Formats: sequence, structure tokens, C-alpha cells
Amino acid sequence: MSVKAEVDESAITAAGNTIYVYEAPVRAWHWINVLCIVTLAITGWFIASPLPSVGGEASDHFLMGYIRFGHFAAGYIFAIGLLVRLYWAFAGNHHAKQLFMLPVTDKEWWSGLLQELRWYMFIEKYPKKYVGHNPLGHLFMFFAITLGGTFMIVTGFALYGEGAQAGSWSNVLFTSWVIPLFGQSQSVHSWHHLLAWGIVCFVILHVYTAIREDMMSRQTMISAIIDGKRTFRE
Amino acid sequence: MSIETFYEVMRRQGISRRSFLKYCSLTAASLGLAPTMAPKIAEAMETKPRTPVIWLHGLECTCCSESFIRSAHPLAKDVVLSMLSLDYDDTLMAAAGHQAEEIIAEIRRKYKGNFILAVEGNPPLNEDGMFCIHGGRPFVEVLKETAADAKAIISWGACASWGCVQAAKPNPTRATPVHKVITDKPIIKVPGCPPIAEVMTAVVTYMLTFDRIPELDRQGRPKMFYGQRIHDKCYRRPNFDAGQFVEEWDDEAARKGYCLYKMGCKGPTTYNACSTTRWNGGVSFPIQSGHGCIGCSEDGFWDKGGFYNRVTDIKQFGVESNADKVGGTVAAVAGAAVVAHAAVSALSKARSGKEEQNKGGK
Repeated sequence: MSVKAEVDESAITAAGNTIYVYEAPVRAWHWINVLCIVTLAITGWFIASPLPSVGGEASDHFLMGYIRFGHFAAGYIFAIGLLVRLYWAFAGNHHAKQLFMLPVTDKEWWSGLLQELRWYMFIEKYPKKYVGHNPLGHLFMFFAITLGGTFMIVTGFALYGEGAQAGSWSNVLFTSWVIPLFGQSQSVHSWHHLLAWGIVCFVILHVYTAIREDMMSRQTMISAIIDGKRTFRE
Repeated sequence: MSIETFYEVMRRQGISRRSFLKYCSLTAASLGLAPTMAPKIAEAMETKPRTPVIWLHGLECTCCSESFIRSAHPLAKDVVLSMLSLDYDDTLMAAAGHQAEEIIAEIRRKYKGNFILAVEGNPPLNEDGMFCIHGGRPFVEVLKETAADAKAIISWGACASWGCVQAAKPNPTRATPVHKVITDKPIIKVPGCPPIAEVMTAVVTYMLTFDRIPELDRQGRPKMFYGQRIHDKCYRRPNFDAGQFVEEWDDEAARKGYCLYKMGCKGPTTYNACSTTRWNGGVSFPIQSGHGCIGCSEDGFWDKGGFYNRVTDIKQFGVESNADKVGGTVAAVAGAAVVAHAAVSALSKARSGKEEQNKGGK
């Protein structure tokens, strides 16, 4: 399994050409993640800063319980989604592998990265064409979703395992080593919380760059994650 | 002279067999053992020679000792006078000076590899340990020397287990928890500031009864007392799940006894037995008294910002900072950057579009 810089061959990326990039499972995963991340961010916020108290008997309410349930359920879906996505890196087309590997030994990828940075600093007049992620987007995705997402899943299940208690799978697999690694539970909470903001920043930049690239670059972006097809322009 | 068993000592002190058996079943219960274990405890106490314990004090505040002597199940007097052969504890013993120090030497000689070393407080390592002097010598030397002959070490409290307030940043004396100084002996950490009295006596009783150290978790704490969070067994947990929180110390919710989560209660992140064993003979524990848990049995609790903050302060980003402030600022900067970048993008596109139009015109 090798990933190379997706430098275009002009035959494929000629203007007007359309190529199938994002297969159905990848697209489904993307939109499931959208729902998961929105749910996780909102419920996560209300776990750290709960809503004003409800009145009456405690037995009449389960507000905090439902918020936490939402967070845990979305967390499970996000984690399983990443696992299925990892499987698809092997089962799917070669673009599906991009998310899990950085071609750091590829000189062309690095020069593409610099070129892309210059394009974002308004130095470069025209961007290059890429079938998959451009190098900058590739790097961003790898750190935010592959590494960042994994970090959130590991710390998230470590915290979940505390409530599930000793003997539960999450406690055995995650809590048992993550909590000692960070020193104590509160530190894991703090890092989970901090990285959650990192994911929020990722979402802001991801949405912006996707729209911008769709408008200004030489290939379609938004429609590509809906029907999977990327069309090239002049 | 043959070494007395616990039972013989107890009988000699006027404790009836009936009281002795009662004590054994109480101990079994407080250790969370099956009722069938009570006779085993009785048998052990009747046949096993007493294991001597040396109790050393380093940099500490004596709150562990204060807690220990208030144990109700078993009573501290039972532990000290009957069960435990607490041969050296400079705070509790009658002897002083050279007479007292002679006892340490004697136990090390007589019970080499067979006594338990209980450490309250920790050794400071800076300036060759001169910040804590024990009998005219740096405490760290006494600790290392005594530990060399001990069977096992009990680290009492947050000081011995983690470092506690004297190890708070910047830790000028380099107060260091016991397990970082003594690395070749089994160490049982009994953290808390102080630990619960019943937990302390139960750990000792367990070790004397079964002649082995209790099962420990990855951080070296006995699983039977530190296996669950305060939150898991908190009687205010229903209020937490319902979403009923104290918002101010004197509000209606505080009077009603709602959950103290928003007031920074560390129950959800603290492993200890306070919400089950409680304190002072089961009378109460901090949350029951209306104050959140400060997480005193957790590593680094003294350096985690205010006790009353839900989201921990992150000092690296300024005194009043926390994950929300840091993250919120970064997100706002990212948002502003996006807006600025979009504006410049639109401008440059408009300009290049004009240029192309101009080119086309020519």
C-alpha cells in the first residue's frame, strides 16, 4: 500500500474530465462524521458546562443522563466509523488510503505542499490540480482526523471506561493505561476538552477551504463529496 | 523469648474471646470479604507472630496520623495495641531521642526483611535532603536505610504517594514521593489528604492477616478502596443524572442538596472510598457536608487550579485560563482568519478577473 503525491497527469485532469474519487462508503462516512462531530461538540460542551438546573424530583428527570448518552452514542459511532474507514483503506480505491498515510519521503509531495501554501498566501496565481487531497489538505486531514480523531477516541473511551468500571472492555482497553499515562482523570478530561476545540477549529477551516477551493481552484469539491465525482476545470 | 501472636496480646490486654471474634468478623466485613473469611482472620491472628511496623515521618502535616487514630472499624487502639506491632512511630511512641532511634536499629536487626515500613510524608531531595531532618540526619537517608531491610512499604497519604502540596510547583525542596526514591520494594500507595482512617487500618489488617499485599491497580493503590470514583457511589448521583446542580453556595439547590458538579466537585475524577466508607465512623464525607470533593487522593490535585472550577485551569496560557478559554480563543482566531482570508480571496479573484477581461479586451 503506497500513497504518492497526487500530482496530476494532464490526461486525467484535463478540463471537463470527470473522475470517480470518493466511493459511497467514504461519502457516507464523511456525512456520518459531520453528524457525530456536531453532536459530540454540543453534548460535550453541556457535559463540561451543564444547563441550568431542572426543578422537581430527581427521579422525574434524566437530562444530564440523556446528554451524556448522546455523547457516548455519537462517540461509539465516530469510533466504529473510523474503524470501518480504516478497513476501506484496504478495500477501496487508492484514494481511500490517503487519509492514513503521509508521503513524507516523496519530494514532489513536499514541493506540492509549498506550492499549495503559496497559493493560500496569494503568492501563487494558479493552484495545481489534484485528483484526491492536495498536499496541504492531506496534511491537515491526517493530523485532524486520523491523529486527532484517534486521540479523541482513545481519551474518550478512557473516560467512558471510568463509568463503565473495572472489567468493562473500555476500562480494560483504554482506562487502565490512559489514566496512569496522564497522571489522573482530570488531566485526561482537560486534554480531551482542549483537543475538542482543535476539532472545532478543523471544522471551521475545513468548511472554509472546501468552499473556497470549490469556487477558486480548478476542480470541484463540494459536489465531489456528494456524488463522489470530481470534475476538472480550466 | 518467643514472639507473641496477636491473639495472645489481645487476651493479655483483657479483650474477651467474644470481642475478638466480633472484631474478626467486623474486619472481614470492612475489607469486603465473605463472612466465611472471618474465621480465617481469627486463625491468622491466633497463630501468626505479630509483624512489626516502623512508621516514619518525612515532610508531612501529620494528618495521616490524625486520621489513623480515629479509625472506628477497627478501633485505632485495637490496631495499635493489639494487632499491629507499631514498634516505632515518633509521634505516637513514648520513647524519645536515642532510645527511640535505637528501636529502628533493633527492628532492622531482628526482623530483617520481615517488617513493614509505613511512610507518612516524603523526602525532599534538594540540598542533599537537608530540608527534612530526622534524628539529626536527612530523612531521605533514614528512609533509604530502613527501606533496605523492609518487606514492603506503605506510602501513607498524598505526600508519600504523589508529593502533595510540598511538591507543588515550583517544588523548591524537591519533595519526592516514596516510589521515586525506593524502587526495589513493593510499595502500597494509600493516597488521600489524609486517607480514610478505616482504609488505613484495613490495609494494615489485610497485610497482617493474609501475609501479602492487597491487589493493587496500575498506580499502586489497593483496588478494594481505590477501584471506584467518589462519583460512582455518590448519594447525590441522581441529581447529577437529572441535571440538578448547585450554582451558588447559598442557593436553593445547595439547601436541597443537589449535585456539586458545577461547583468544581472532583468526585467524577477521584478514586477513593469516601462515598462508601465515609469519615469519622461513617458520619459524613465532604459532599454530604455540602462541599465538593477536592480530589485529594489524585496525583497532582494541588496543581490543577482552583478546587471550585469544573474546567481545570491551564496555567501555561495565563493565570485565569482553561480549556474553554484557550480553545474558544483559538476557534475565534481561526474564524477571524477565515473571514479575512475569504475577503482577500474575493478581492484577488475580482482583480485577476478584471485583468483577464482587460487582456481579452486587448
